[in-house]
Amino acid sequence: MREYLKLFWAFIKVGGLTFGGGYAMLPILQRDIIEKYGWATEEEVMDYYAMAQCLPGIIMVNTSAFIGRKLKGIKGGIVAAVGSTVPSLVIITLIAMFLSAFTHYSVVQDAFAGVRVCVVILIVNAVVKLWKSAMVDWKCFFLIFLPICALSLFTDVSPVLLVVAAAVAGVAISVISSKCAGRGEEARGG
Amino acid sequence: MILTLLRLFWEFFKIGIFAVGGGMAALPFLYDLADSTGWFDYAQIADMLAVSESTPGPIGINMATYVGYEVCGIPGAFIATLGTILPGVTVVLIVVHFLEKFRGNRYMDAAFYGLRPASTALIAVAGISVVEIALLNMDLFKSTGDLLDLFSWPAIALAVVIWVMTNLIKPTKGLHPVVYILGSAIVGIIFKFGS
Repeated sequence: MREYLKLFWAFIKVGGLTFGGGYAMLPILQRDIIEKYGWATEEEVMDYYAMAQCLPGIIMVNTSAFIGRKLKGIKGGIVAAVGSTVPSLVIITLIAMFLSAFTHYSVVQDAFAGVRVCVVILIVNAVVKLWKSAMVDWKCFFLIFLPICALSLFTDVSPVLLVVAAAVAGVAISVISSKCAGRGEEARGG
Repeated sequence: MILTLLRLFWEFFKIGIFAVGGGMAALPFLYDLADSTGWFDYAQIADMLAVSESTPGPIGINMATYVGYEVCGIPGAFIATLGTILPGVTVVLIVVHFLEKFRGNRYMDAAFYGLRPASTALIAVAGISVVEIALLNMDLFKSTGDLLDLFSWPAIALAVVIWVMTNLIKPTKGLHPVVYILGSAIVGIIFKFGS
Protein backbone atom coordinates (compact mmCIF):
# COMPACT_ATOMS: atom_id res chain seq x y z
CA MET A 1 0.00 0.00 0.00
CA ARG A 2 2.73 2.43 0.97
CA GLU A 3 4.47 1.76 -2.30
CA TYR A 4 1.34 2.58 -4.27
CA LEU A 5 0.96 5.82 -2.31
CA LYS A 6 4.56 6.71 -3.09
CA LEU A 7 3.93 5.99 -6.77
CA PHE A 8 0.72 8.02 -6.71
CA TRP A 9 2.44 10.99 -5.06
CA ALA A 10 5.40 10.86 -7.46
CA PHE A 11 3.06 11.11 -10.45
CA ILE A 12 0.94 13.82 -8.84
CA LYS A 13 4.15 15.82 -8.84
CA VAL A 14 4.79 14.96 -12.49
CA GLY A 15 1.31 16.20 -13.44
CA GLY A 16 1.41 19.25 -11.23
CA LEU A 17 4.85 20.48 -12.25
CA THR A 18 4.56 19.94 -15.99
CA PHE A 19 3.29 22.93 -17.91
CA GLY A 20 1.83 21.97 -21.26
CA GLY A 21 2.47 18.22 -21.11
CA GLY A 22 4.45 16.24 -23.67
CA TYR A 23 8.10 17.18 -23.85
CA ALA A 24 7.88 19.39 -20.76
CA MET A 25 7.49 16.32 -18.51
CA LEU A 26 10.94 14.92 -19.31
CA PRO A 27 13.04 17.09 -16.93
CA ILE A 28 10.75 16.16 -14.01
CA LEU A 29 10.87 12.45 -14.89
CA GLN A 30 14.64 12.76 -15.11
CA ARG A 31 14.94 14.30 -11.65
CA ASP A 32 12.38 12.24 -9.74
CA ILE A 33 11.73 8.93 -11.47
CA ILE A 34 15.23 8.28 -12.79
CA GLU A 35 17.56 9.95 -10.27
CA LYS A 36 15.64 10.16 -7.00
CA TYR A 37 13.67 6.90 -6.97
CA GLY A 38 15.62 4.90 -9.55
CA TRP A 39 12.36 3.45 -10.88
CA ALA A 40 13.47 3.44 -14.50
CA THR A 41 16.59 4.12 -16.53
CA GLU A 42 17.01 7.02 -18.89
CA GLU A 43 16.75 4.66 -21.90
CA GLU A 44 13.54 3.11 -20.61
CA VAL A 45 11.94 6.50 -20.08
CA MET A 46 12.90 7.64 -23.59
CA ASP A 47 11.52 4.38 -25.03
CA TYR A 48 8.25 4.79 -23.14
CA TYR A 49 8.01 8.40 -24.25
CA ALA A 50 8.61 7.44 -27.88
CA MET A 51 5.97 4.68 -27.73
CA ALA A 52 3.50 6.92 -25.89
CA GLN A 53 3.66 9.34 -28.81
CA CYS A 54 2.49 6.66 -31.21
CA LEU A 55 -0.44 5.57 -29.04
CA PRO A 56 -3.81 7.23 -28.77
CA GLY A 57 -4.34 9.65 -25.91
CA ILE A 58 -2.22 12.01 -23.84
CA ILE A 59 1.55 11.48 -24.07
CA MET A 60 2.18 12.34 -20.41
CA VAL A 61 -0.52 10.02 -19.08
CA ASN A 62 0.60 7.17 -21.34
CA THR A 63 4.24 7.57 -20.32
CA SER A 64 3.20 7.56 -16.64
CA ALA A 65 1.18 4.38 -17.20
CA PHE A 66 4.22 2.71 -18.79
CA ILE A 67 6.44 3.51 -15.81
CA GLY A 68 3.78 2.47 -13.27
CA ARG A 69 3.19 -0.77 -15.14
CA LYS A 70 6.88 -1.59 -15.16
CA LEU A 71 7.02 -1.19 -11.37
CA LYS A 72 3.75 -2.65 -10.15
CA GLY A 73 1.93 -4.26 -13.06
CA ILE A 74 -1.48 -3.15 -14.24
CA LYS A 75 -2.49 -1.71 -10.87
CA GLY A 76 0.69 0.35 -10.75
CA GLY A 77 -0.01 1.63 -14.26
CA ILE A 78 -3.48 2.78 -13.25
CA VAL A 79 -2.17 4.46 -10.09
CA ALA A 80 0.53 6.35 -12.04
CA ALA A 81 -1.85 7.39 -14.84
CA VAL A 82 -4.51 8.62 -12.43
CA GLY A 83 -1.90 10.38 -10.29
CA SER A 84 -0.62 12.36 -13.27
CA THR A 85 -4.13 13.64 -14.08
CA VAL A 86 -5.22 14.56 -10.53
CA PRO A 87 -3.54 18.02 -10.46
CA SER A 88 -5.26 19.03 -13.72
CA LEU A 89 -8.63 17.84 -12.44
CA VAL A 90 -8.35 19.78 -9.20
CA ILE A 91 -6.78 22.99 -10.54
CA ILE A 92 -9.01 23.31 -13.61
CA THR A 93 -12.20 22.51 -11.69
CA LEU A 94 -11.37 25.24 -9.15
CA ILE A 95 -10.57 27.77 -11.88
CA ALA A 96 -13.72 26.89 -13.81
CA MET A 97 -15.86 27.29 -10.69
CA PHE A 98 -14.23 30.62 -9.90
CA LEU A 99 -14.43 32.00 -13.43
CA SER A 100 -18.01 30.97 -14.05
CA ALA A 101 -18.99 33.06 -11.01
CA PHE A 102 -17.32 36.14 -12.51
CA THR A 103 -17.89 35.93 -16.26
CA HIS A 104 -20.58 38.61 -16.24
CA TYR A 105 -18.12 41.26 -14.97
CA SER A 106 -16.92 43.48 -17.77
CA VAL A 107 -13.32 43.29 -16.47
CA VAL A 108 -13.34 39.51 -16.96
CA GLN A 109 -14.86 39.88 -20.41
CA ASP A 110 -12.20 42.44 -21.41
CA ALA A 111 -9.46 40.18 -20.07
CA PHE A 112 -10.70 37.20 -22.08
CA ALA A 113 -11.13 39.28 -25.22
CA GLY A 114 -7.42 40.13 -24.86
CA VAL A 115 -6.52 36.52 -24.11
CA ARG A 116 -8.28 35.29 -27.26
CA VAL A 117 -5.91 37.42 -29.35
CA CYS A 118 -3.03 35.64 -27.67
CA VAL A 119 -4.68 32.27 -28.34
CA VAL A 120 -4.65 33.07 -32.08
CA ILE A 121 -0.88 33.50 -32.02
CA LEU A 122 -0.38 30.39 -29.85
CA ILE A 123 -2.32 28.38 -32.43
CA VAL A 124 -0.37 29.96 -35.30
CA ASN A 125 2.91 29.05 -33.56
CA ALA A 126 1.72 25.49 -32.89
CA VAL A 127 0.66 25.06 -36.53
CA VAL A 128 4.02 26.36 -37.80
CA LYS A 129 5.84 23.94 -35.50
CA LEU A 130 3.67 20.98 -36.54
CA TRP A 131 4.03 22.03 -40.18
CA LYS A 132 7.82 21.69 -39.97
CA SER A 133 7.64 18.11 -38.72
CA ALA A 134 4.65 17.11 -40.85
CA MET A 135 5.48 18.32 -44.36
CA VAL A 136 8.20 15.91 -45.35
CA ASP A 137 7.47 16.17 -49.08
CA TRP A 138 5.07 17.65 -51.62
CA LYS A 139 2.81 14.56 -51.62
CA CYS A 140 1.59 15.00 -48.08
CA PHE A 141 0.90 18.68 -48.76
CA PHE A 142 -1.18 18.14 -51.91
CA LEU A 143 -2.72 14.75 -51.13
CA ILE A 144 -3.41 15.17 -47.41
CA PHE A 145 -3.00 18.71 -46.03
CA LEU A 146 -4.98 20.57 -48.74
CA PRO A 147 -7.87 18.06 -49.03
CA ILE A 148 -8.28 17.89 -45.23
CA CYS A 149 -8.27 21.71 -45.01
CA ALA A 150 -10.96 21.89 -47.70
CA LEU A 151 -13.13 19.15 -46.18
CA SER A 152 -12.88 20.62 -42.72
CA LEU A 153 -13.64 24.17 -43.92
CA PHE A 154 -16.48 23.47 -46.34
CA THR A 155 -18.18 20.28 -45.15
CA ASP A 156 -19.52 18.83 -41.88
CA VAL A 157 -17.44 15.64 -42.09
CA SER A 158 -16.41 14.62 -38.58
CA PRO A 159 -12.73 15.04 -37.67
CA VAL A 160 -12.75 11.35 -36.64
CA LEU A 161 -13.37 10.32 -40.25
CA LEU A 162 -10.78 12.77 -41.56
CA VAL A 163 -8.13 11.42 -39.18
CA VAL A 164 -8.86 7.80 -40.12
CA ALA A 165 -8.86 8.67 -43.83
CA ALA A 166 -5.52 10.45 -43.44
CA ALA A 167 -3.91 7.43 -41.75
CA VAL A 168 -5.18 5.14 -44.53
CA ALA A 169 -4.00 7.59 -47.18
CA GLY A 170 -0.58 7.75 -45.50
CA VAL A 171 -0.21 3.98 -45.72
CA ALA A 172 -1.50 3.90 -49.30
CA ILE A 173 0.85 6.66 -50.46
CA SER A 174 3.90 5.06 -48.93
CA VAL A 175 3.04 1.59 -50.28
CA ILE A 176 2.51 2.97 -53.79
CA SER A 177 5.62 5.14 -53.75
CA SER A 178 7.81 2.34 -52.40
CA LYS A 179 6.51 0.05 -55.18
CA CYS A 180 7.29 2.70 -57.78
CA ALA A 181 10.76 3.17 -56.29
CA GLY A 182 11.27 -0.61 -56.29
CA ARG A 183 10.32 -0.85 -59.94
CA GLY A 184 12.62 2.05 -60.80
CA GLU A 185 15.53 0.28 -59.14
CA GLU A 186 14.72 -2.99 -60.87
CA ALA A 187 14.69 -1.24 -64.21
CA ARG A 188 18.04 0.39 -63.51
CA GLY A 189 19.62 -2.71 -62.01
CA GLY A 190 18.20 -5.18 -64.55
CA MET B 1 -27.90 14.35 -16.52
CA ILE B 2 -27.01 10.66 -16.99
CA LEU B 3 -27.50 10.92 -20.73
CA THR B 4 -25.36 14.07 -20.92
CA LEU B 5 -22.63 12.34 -18.92
CA LEU B 6 -22.73 9.31 -21.22
CA ARG B 7 -22.53 11.52 -24.27
CA LEU B 8 -19.69 13.48 -22.68
CA PHE B 9 -17.81 10.26 -21.96
CA TRP B 10 -18.30 9.00 -25.53
CA GLU B 11 -17.22 12.28 -27.14
CA PHE B 12 -14.04 12.49 -25.06
CA PHE B 13 -13.33 8.80 -25.57
CA LYS B 14 -13.29 9.57 -29.30
CA ILE B 15 -10.99 12.55 -28.70
CA GLY B 16 -8.75 10.22 -26.67
CA ILE B 17 -8.45 7.92 -29.66
CA PHE B 18 -8.39 10.25 -32.63
CA ALA B 19 -6.80 13.52 -31.51
CA VAL B 20 -3.24 12.92 -32.71
CA GLY B 21 -0.47 15.49 -32.32
CA GLY B 22 -0.50 16.96 -28.83
CA GLY B 23 -2.72 19.33 -26.89
CA MET B 24 -4.02 21.49 -29.71
CA ALA B 25 -5.23 18.42 -31.61
CA ALA B 26 -8.38 18.33 -29.48
CA LEU B 27 -9.45 21.73 -30.89
CA PRO B 28 -11.11 20.59 -34.13
CA PHE B 29 -13.03 17.93 -32.18
CA LEU B 30 -14.27 20.55 -29.72
CA TYR B 31 -15.47 22.79 -32.56
CA ASP B 32 -17.30 19.81 -34.02
CA LEU B 33 -18.82 19.13 -30.59
CA ALA B 34 -19.90 22.77 -30.21
CA ASP B 35 -21.67 22.55 -33.59
CA SER B 36 -23.46 19.30 -32.86
CA THR B 37 -24.45 19.83 -29.21
CA GLY B 38 -24.50 23.59 -28.54
CA TRP B 39 -22.92 22.88 -25.15
CA PHE B 40 -20.55 25.86 -25.57
CA ASP B 41 -19.60 28.38 -28.23
CA TYR B 42 -16.39 29.03 -30.14
CA ALA B 43 -15.41 31.94 -27.88
CA GLN B 44 -15.63 29.68 -24.82
CA ILE B 45 -13.35 27.13 -26.53
CA ALA B 46 -10.72 29.83 -27.00
CA ASP B 47 -11.06 30.87 -23.33
CA MET B 48 -10.78 27.28 -22.15
CA LEU B 49 -7.69 26.79 -24.30
CA ALA B 50 -6.10 29.89 -22.73
CA VAL B 51 -6.76 28.61 -19.20
CA SER B 52 -5.49 25.14 -20.17
CA GLU B 53 -2.26 26.62 -21.52
CA SER B 54 -1.71 28.71 -18.38
CA THR B 55 -2.07 25.93 -15.80
CA PRO B 56 0.03 22.84 -15.10
CA GLY B 57 -0.82 19.51 -16.67
CA PRO B 58 -1.23 18.39 -20.28
CA ILE B 59 -3.42 20.69 -22.38
CA GLY B 60 -5.57 17.77 -23.51
CA ILE B 61 -6.46 16.82 -19.92
CA ASN B 62 -7.01 20.43 -18.88
CA MET B 63 -9.34 21.00 -21.83
CA ALA B 64 -11.28 17.81 -21.06
CA THR B 65 -11.71 18.76 -17.41
CA TYR B 66 -12.76 22.31 -18.28
CA VAL B 67 -15.25 21.32 -20.98
CA GLY B 68 -16.64 18.57 -18.74
CA TYR B 69 -17.12 21.02 -15.88
CA GLU B 70 -18.83 23.60 -18.09
CA VAL B 71 -21.22 20.98 -19.46
CA CYS B 72 -22.01 18.94 -16.35
CA GLY B 73 -20.26 20.28 -13.23
CA ILE B 74 -17.79 18.21 -11.22
CA PRO B 75 -19.11 14.81 -12.43
CA GLY B 76 -18.70 16.11 -15.98
CA ALA B 77 -15.09 17.17 -15.32
CA PHE B 78 -14.37 13.70 -14.02
CA ILE B 79 -16.10 11.79 -16.81
CA ALA B 80 -14.60 13.82 -19.67
CA THR B 81 -11.09 13.37 -18.26
CA LEU B 82 -11.64 9.64 -17.78
CA GLY B 83 -12.89 9.33 -21.35
CA THR B 84 -9.78 11.08 -22.68
CA ILE B 85 -7.21 8.94 -20.85
CA LEU B 86 -8.99 5.57 -21.05
CA PRO B 87 -8.05 4.53 -24.63
CA GLY B 88 -4.35 5.32 -24.21
CA VAL B 89 -4.01 3.82 -20.73
CA THR B 90 -5.85 0.66 -21.79
CA VAL B 91 -3.49 0.20 -24.71
CA VAL B 92 -0.43 0.78 -22.51
CA LEU B 93 -1.59 -1.67 -19.83
CA ILE B 94 -3.16 -4.44 -21.86
CA VAL B 95 -2.13 -4.59 -25.48
CA VAL B 96 1.35 -3.16 -25.28
CA HIS B 97 3.12 -6.50 -25.62
CA PHE B 98 1.61 -6.79 -29.01
CA LEU B 99 2.51 -3.18 -29.77
CA GLU B 100 6.17 -3.51 -28.93
CA LYS B 101 6.58 -5.48 -32.14
CA PHE B 102 4.94 -2.57 -33.90
CA ARG B 103 7.60 0.01 -33.12
CA GLY B 104 9.44 1.21 -36.15
CA ASN B 105 7.01 -0.80 -38.24
CA ARG B 106 6.79 0.78 -41.68
CA TYR B 107 2.99 0.78 -41.69
CA MET B 108 2.96 2.69 -38.38
CA ASP B 109 5.41 5.22 -39.81
CA ALA B 110 3.31 5.44 -42.97
CA ALA B 111 0.14 6.08 -40.97
CA PHE B 112 1.87 8.93 -39.12
CA TYR B 113 3.10 10.27 -42.46
CA GLY B 114 -0.59 10.81 -43.20
CA LEU B 115 -1.70 11.75 -39.70
CA ARG B 116 0.68 14.64 -39.08
CA PRO B 117 -0.32 16.79 -42.08
CA ALA B 118 -3.98 16.00 -41.32
CA SER B 119 -3.61 17.13 -37.74
CA THR B 120 -1.82 20.30 -38.88
CA ALA B 121 -4.65 21.02 -41.32
CA LEU B 122 -7.39 20.44 -38.72
CA ILE B 123 -5.72 22.69 -36.14
CA ALA B 124 -5.09 25.41 -38.75
CA VAL B 125 -8.77 25.40 -39.71
CA ALA B 126 -9.77 25.55 -36.02
CA GLY B 127 -7.43 28.54 -35.71
CA ILE B 128 -9.39 30.37 -38.42
CA SER B 129 -12.49 30.29 -36.20
CA VAL B 130 -10.53 31.86 -33.35
CA VAL B 131 -9.28 34.57 -35.74
CA GLU B 132 -12.88 35.38 -36.53
CA ILE B 133 -13.76 35.75 -32.84
CA ALA B 134 -10.63 37.51 -31.69
CA LEU B 135 -9.55 39.76 -34.56
CA LEU B 136 -12.66 40.52 -36.62
CA ASN B 137 -15.89 42.44 -35.99
CA MET B 138 -18.30 40.40 -38.09
CA ASP B 139 -21.45 42.05 -36.68
CA LEU B 140 -20.21 45.61 -37.13
CA PHE B 141 -19.05 44.80 -40.66
CA LYS B 142 -22.41 43.31 -41.58
CA SER B 143 -24.28 46.40 -40.34
CA THR B 144 -21.99 49.05 -41.87
CA GLY B 145 -20.53 47.17 -44.84
CA ASP B 146 -17.31 49.14 -44.38
CA LEU B 147 -14.26 46.90 -44.87
CA LEU B 148 -12.30 48.92 -42.30
CA ASP B 149 -14.92 48.00 -39.70
CA LEU B 150 -14.32 44.31 -40.33
CA PHE B 151 -10.98 44.37 -38.54
CA SER B 152 -10.59 44.94 -34.84
CA TRP B 153 -7.44 47.06 -35.16
CA PRO B 154 -6.31 47.13 -31.49
CA ALA B 155 -6.61 43.33 -31.38
CA ILE B 156 -4.62 42.97 -34.60
CA ALA B 157 -1.92 45.27 -33.21
CA LEU B 158 -1.69 43.10 -30.08
CA ALA B 159 -1.54 39.94 -32.21
CA VAL B 160 1.36 41.36 -34.25
CA VAL B 161 3.24 42.33 -31.08
CA ILE B 162 2.79 38.84 -29.60
CA TRP B 163 3.83 37.17 -32.85
CA VAL B 164 6.99 39.28 -33.06
CA MET B 165 7.80 38.62 -29.40
CA THR B 166 7.28 34.85 -29.68
CA ASN B 167 9.13 34.44 -32.98
CA LEU B 168 11.69 37.17 -33.58
CA ILE B 169 12.95 38.71 -30.35
CA LYS B 170 15.49 36.42 -28.70
CA PRO B 171 14.99 37.26 -24.99
CA THR B 172 11.19 36.93 -25.18
CA LYS B 173 11.06 33.99 -27.63
CA GLY B 174 11.46 31.26 -25.03
CA LEU B 175 9.04 32.69 -22.46
CA HIS B 176 6.25 30.43 -21.31
CA PRO B 177 2.84 31.00 -22.96
CA VAL B 178 1.39 31.85 -19.55
CA VAL B 179 3.37 35.13 -19.64
CA TYR B 180 1.76 36.12 -22.95
CA ILE B 181 -1.69 35.02 -21.83
CA LEU B 182 -1.53 37.11 -18.65
CA GLY B 183 -0.03 40.04 -20.55
CA SER B 184 -2.84 39.92 -23.12
CA ALA B 185 -5.43 39.77 -20.34
CA ILE B 186 -3.98 42.98 -18.88
CA VAL B 187 -3.90 44.68 -22.29
CA GLY B 188 -7.49 43.54 -22.81
CA ILE B 189 -8.58 45.11 -19.54
CA ILE B 190 -6.70 48.40 -20.06
CA PHE B 191 -7.97 48.92 -23.61
CA LYS B 192 -11.44 47.45 -22.97
CA PHE B 193 -11.22 44.73 -25.65
CA GLY B 194 -14.50 43.23 -24.56
CA SER B 195 -16.66 46.18 -25.45
